[in-house]
Amino acid sequence: MEEKNDNIFEPRIIAFVCNWCTYAGADLTGTSRIKYSTNVEIVRFPCTGRIDFMLLLKAFAGGADGIIISGCHPNDCHYTSGNFHARRRWMVFRDMLDFMGIDIERIRWSWVSAAEGAKWADVVNDTVSKIREMGPYTEYKKAAKFLEEEKIIHE
Amino acid sequence: MSKLSKDTAALLSEGTVKMIIGYEQGTERPRPAFCHTPEDCERLIFNDQCSNNLAVYLTKKEIIGEDKVGVVGNYYVVKTVIQLNLENQINLQNLVLMTVDGDDIITFGSIDEMQQYVDTHEPVPNEKVLAAIEKIDKMSRSERWEYWKSELSKCVRCYACRAACPLCYCNRCVTEVNCPQWIEPWASPLSNMEWQINRIMHMSGRCVGCGECAAACPLELPIGILTKKMGMDIKNTFGGWKDGSVLSTYNVNDKENFIK
Amino acid sequence: MMERLIIKSDSINTWLSKIIETVPRVLAPVKIGSKAEFKEIKDAGSVAYDVITTTSSIKSAAFPNTETLFTYEKQGLETKLYDVAEDNFLDTVIWRARPCDAVGFGPLTKIFNWDYKDKLYNERFSRLVVVSFACDKADECCFCTSVGGGPGNTAGSDIMLTKINDEDTLVEVLTDKGRKLIDLCKDCFTDADDSIDKESVLAKVPVKFTREQIHEKLAKAFESPIWKAQSERCLGCGACAFVCPTCACFDIQEDAHGNHGRRVRCWDSCGFTLFTQHTSGHNPRPTQATRWRQRVMHKFSYMPDRLDIYGCTGCGRCSRACPVDMNIAEHLKNIANNE
Repeated sequence: MEEKNDNIFEPRIIAFVCNWCTYAGADLTGTSRIKYSTNVEIVRFPCTGRIDFMLLLKAFAGGADGIIISGCHPNDCHYTSGNFHARRRWMVFRDMLDFMGIDIERIRWSWVSAAEGAKWADVVNDTVSKIREMGPYTEYKKAAKFLEEEKIIHE
Repeated sequence: MSKLSKDTAALLSEGTVKMIIGYEQGTERPRPAFCHTPEDCERLIFNDQCSNNLAVYLTKKEIIGEDKVGVVGNYYVVKTVIQLNLENQINLQNLVLMTVDGDDIITFGSIDEMQQYVDTHEPVPNEKVLAAIEKIDKMSRSERWEYWKSELSKCVRCYACRAACPLCYCNRCVTEVNCPQWIEPWASPLSNMEWQINRIMHMSGRCVGCGECAAACPLELPIGILTKKMGMDIKNTFGGWKDGSVLSTYNVNDKENFIK
Repeated sequence: MMERLIIKSDSINTWLSKIIETVPRVLAPVKIGSKAEFKEIKDAGSVAYDVITTTSSIKSAAFPNTETLFTYEKQGLETKLYDVAEDNFLDTVIWRARPCDAVGFGPLTKIFNWDYKDKLYNERFSRLVVVSFACDKADECCFCTSVGGGPGNTAGSDIMLTKINDEDTLVEVLTDKGRKLIDLCKDCFTDADDSIDKESVLAKVPVKFTREQIHEKLAKAFESPIWKAQSERCLGCGACAFVCPTCACFDIQEDAHGNHGRRVRCWDSCGFTLFTQHTSGHNPRPTQATRWRQRVMHKFSYMPDRLDIYGCTGCGRCSRACPVDMNIAEHLKNIANNE
């Protein structure tokens, strides 16, 4: 277990991964006993093609400081073309997010296959240290808390 | 009677169509007109102020039913009909599509003719929107965030942008779904941004660039900038992609530089 | 008892500055591009006096677009409910409202006190002071005179200002709330002469129809084909309901986060397709024609019959905001002239 120093900000990373490649790859990281940051919470999808772009916004609104999206390499998708659709979607979405001022540096996209246990550890560690440096995504979290500005009576 | 009124009235009196949808003079600008009798057609006009995208009525069953309908639309109406046809939302057998080009009334016989017209008559882009896009592109990321947050916090979620768009024809919009609740239904700075992001993404590759979303917004929010920017990005990235809607198809050779 | 006073034009900003110093929140029309909206002002110079009216109405001061009804927290088997604190409701002065804005609070207050007394609305409304300015200009969308109002109508206002000439502005003090505002700057005011003629400086708004005509016609018009004909171009967008000073339709939603959350009220529109959609799948207003009929009948037939007040102030905002020019005055005139 990593030691957690209470003074250092520990980022919260949500990872959206596909079941057949990246999830299996992450399993391999574990069975290979490779240590990596524990800040990541993995959400498993059958395929990256299933990842709705709104989920990323939901992750940020829910308190995530960074996001990882990972799936099978092109031409290796378990469902043949899911990751091709996903790739197109991300190309458009990323540009749109950047134009709106959402911090796309906090989103890491990768292709991690079932055999790339070490790569998964690298992706996570890289992302965690990058986000740790960038700090918490406060401006998004603040915007998500709009209703909380109304003061409520508490007995 | 103008040639437009005469020709459309003839279509009605011959029984070729049950209704003509065109433009008539409104309080300050032209507005959509629905002609059921040859006499109604006397109201029809056509000029460069006619900006409403009449194709929005083509997906409303309560307006057109199963009848054959004639539409006298502007450039964007023609472009929209091509897209709606691609998405199987209209029955071309039940449509007589016309436009006015100078003194001529053009009746389109096929999708190819429409495509030909669209490819050769593209209107001049709106300079103000292009300038605004340039200005925003030059801002830093946090400046962009502040800009969009402050603009979109004014949004009251009246959904006029959605109602005016002919390609927003979903019976139940994503914002009207409670399980799961993708976007908060009440107006707040973040949920308003999420709504626009969602709208743009659902429009990507399908938007014809008519600008009616921005024109419909009662608060004149700069949402036309978003659709225009998205259209430009798609064009730059995917070129003249004609093999179906951009986001519902793919190319194994799509190139990006951020997935490692 | 109405008081008539005069304020010199160059003292108006002095008085307004005093109000801004004293009152927690002052809302006034502020120019945004080519249009204007009510915004909180901190400086008397930021008011836009030359616009006919704002795009949105001032109803959000008493009936905001989004508001929390209460919050809740599950504690074991119990659920605790928490009300919205009083300090959320600010004393507010609405400066440079139009007569058609002020009169809009009448129907709103009736709707929110009809059977259930809406505490949140009443709290907010009781803290409002409306200072309206009579109109010397109108545009083609205005029709206040056709709905029992007028460019100098004082109903709903606490104070009304009418510019008589470049130097003098008539100040009609209509309520005690208004009196309190006057007292903030007593030296700014002098008594008005009986000879001051307010009517002569008001805008001329031609009468297009009367409410009684509409009410009479509507009583027999439920099955009329006029609804479909008028609403063919309507997109069902909701802009008209959102900018209207008297439209009060709302939706109640949950902002749920597991074992705690809040119940939120937000604006809705009877023009939306899903507004009357039942869980069974049945929709009693399935077409835009039925929804348009509802809009007109609600404002001109059901409300006067049940609440004794009409639901339209003739401000014309709906017509200005409509993307397809559903000019309500034009439609109402057609209804009045229809047999």
